[in-house]
Amino acid sequence: MTTAPDFTLCEQLIVAASEAWRGNGELVATGIGPAPRLAAGLAKLTHTPELMMTDGEAWLVEDPVPLGPRGYDDRKAAGYLPFSRFFDAAVWSGKRHAMVTPSQIDRFGQTNISYLGGTYDQPKVQMLGARGFPGNSICHINSMFVPAHSKRVFVEDEVDMVSSVGYNPARRTPGVNFSRVDLRLIVTDLCVMDFGGKDNAVRVVMLHPGVTFEQVQEATGFALEAAAEIRTTPAPTAEQLAIIARLDPHGLRAGVIKDNPAGKRN
Amino acid sequence: MNKQLTIEQFVGSLKSGMTIGIAGWGPRRKPMALVRAILRSDLKDLTIVAYGGPEVGMLCAAGKMKKVIFGFVSMDAIPLEPYFRKAREAGGLDILELDEGMLQWGLKAAAFGLPFLPTHVGLGTDVMTHGGFKTVQSPYADGEVLLAMPALKLDAALLHVHRADKLGNIQALGPDTYYDEWFARAADKTFVSTEEVVERMDRSYPEDARANIVERCFVHGVIAAPLGAHPTSMPPAYGWDMKHLKSYADSAREDGGWDRYLAETIGTDEAGYLDRVGGKDAVAALPLPIF
Repeated sequence: MTTAPDFTLCEQLIVAASEAWRGNGELVATGIGPAPRLAAGLAKLTHTPELMMTDGEAWLVEDPVPLGPRGYDDRKAAGYLPFSRFFDAAVWSGKRHAMVTPSQIDRFGQTNISYLGGTYDQPKVQMLGARGFPGNSICHINSMFVPAHSKRVFVEDEVDMVSSVGYNPARRTPGVNFSRVDLRLIVTDLCVMDFGGKDNAVRVVMLHPGVTFEQVQEATGFALEAAAEIRTTPAPTAEQLAIIARLDPHGLRAGVIKDNPAGKRN
Repeated sequence: MNKQLTIEQFVGSLKSGMTIGIAGWGPRRKPMALVRAILRSDLKDLTIVAYGGPEVGMLCAAGKMKKVIFGFVSMDAIPLEPYFRKAREAGGLDILELDEGMLQWGLKAAAFGLPFLPTHVGLGTDVMTHGGFKTVQSPYADGEVLLAMPALKLDAALLHVHRADKLGNIQALGPDTYYDEWFARAADKTFVSTEEVVERMDRSYPEDARANIVERCFVHGVIAAPLGAHPTSMPPAYGWDMKHLKSYADSAREDGGWDRYLAETIGTDEAGYLDRVGGKDAVAALPLPIF
């Protein structure tokens, strides 16, 4: 494999994020947002072809659907997975691995997309509502993508409204089966983390070239662990970049990270 | 047997204080003509159960809501519904926030006449804490503790479909019909607005009987409403009107924005609505959304 001459940080993150799905087998890979969606498509087209995915509407496709405007009928359906079957077939059955971008994440991997500040009865900022997060988090694998790593996202205390289950012992109601809670990767513009620390603590496993652990810690509201050997995030290959470009013909990935910075080689 | 109603008869059969389920999903397949009839009426203190889109915001803005029971409220490309957001941030709107899966589970419990259905979903989150849900323990050897999702019994459900006959046989085409059938089965009365009314479905569209998403014993009123999902999408017939939704969303930031939208766009009659939003042909030609 050849290493590409030029690439953006976003493209480097897409490659790192695609690793979340490596070897997952036959389950629905859902990437919410441009970068996670490109990462899922890249995973299917490179290391894990058995992954399943939808066109974002109701059809299962074997060729990942490119982002942005296209002909409505360009996608060719191989199967059917409408919302009306989604909980039965993908979520509650555990046959899914979603990568999402929560507004807040805490030390336990609990996330929030519901509201910020204030109270349940009068939030300061109303967001989407919990959507499918409670079910996703207790039934299937989840990963996260954070385009701007900061203390606003990685909060000091618990998230304002716990929309998804994490590893918080205080919320582990006795008798409840939490065995399917399975948080994998958090890919940010600074690093890649997992939940491999003590008692599933968040742990830095990869730093992007030029980023230090201290810098990541400084941008995080809680104490991070460091993997025994922290690796450097690899540069994308020319082949990976070509696939990403094909899946994003309108260049929507340029808007994912502020100012669309260049990626770096070690 | 003739279940056809005028839109006035439909709205006249609702009462203030009712719990009403609105089918569809965000800005997709919403029975907007029926919602507009409610907006023009004196109905109030409604409890709305929905995978919410613009209808939730509009009913909030018009002061029709007592309570919203929702899995989300969003207009997809415009992620945050501005009037719902305003109502929430002002306080005073009673809510029950659910996981998307819990909502359909509650409808299924209601449809089956069960007090609740057990689920893992909600446990360990603030949906559980704030919603006041109770747990049950499995009586079998596993002894698992599960959330008991209470039945979401509806006084009325509102759906929008492509075809209906006067007997209440309906056909919903398009790639996804969401949880529309469960809204219908969870309700005492289901009102279905439709792009087209025929005398007898078997005489007009027998080849599409698989699109009959819910049996006619669950359909109590059929209301003709061509293009009645506008500004939401109705595939394969027409797409959403994102330009319209954007200007609706922008109105939330303007002084008197809602009053203007209500007067100039919702107006006093459904007959003139399509003319006010660009005309029948333009709405029918709206392209299907690309995801």
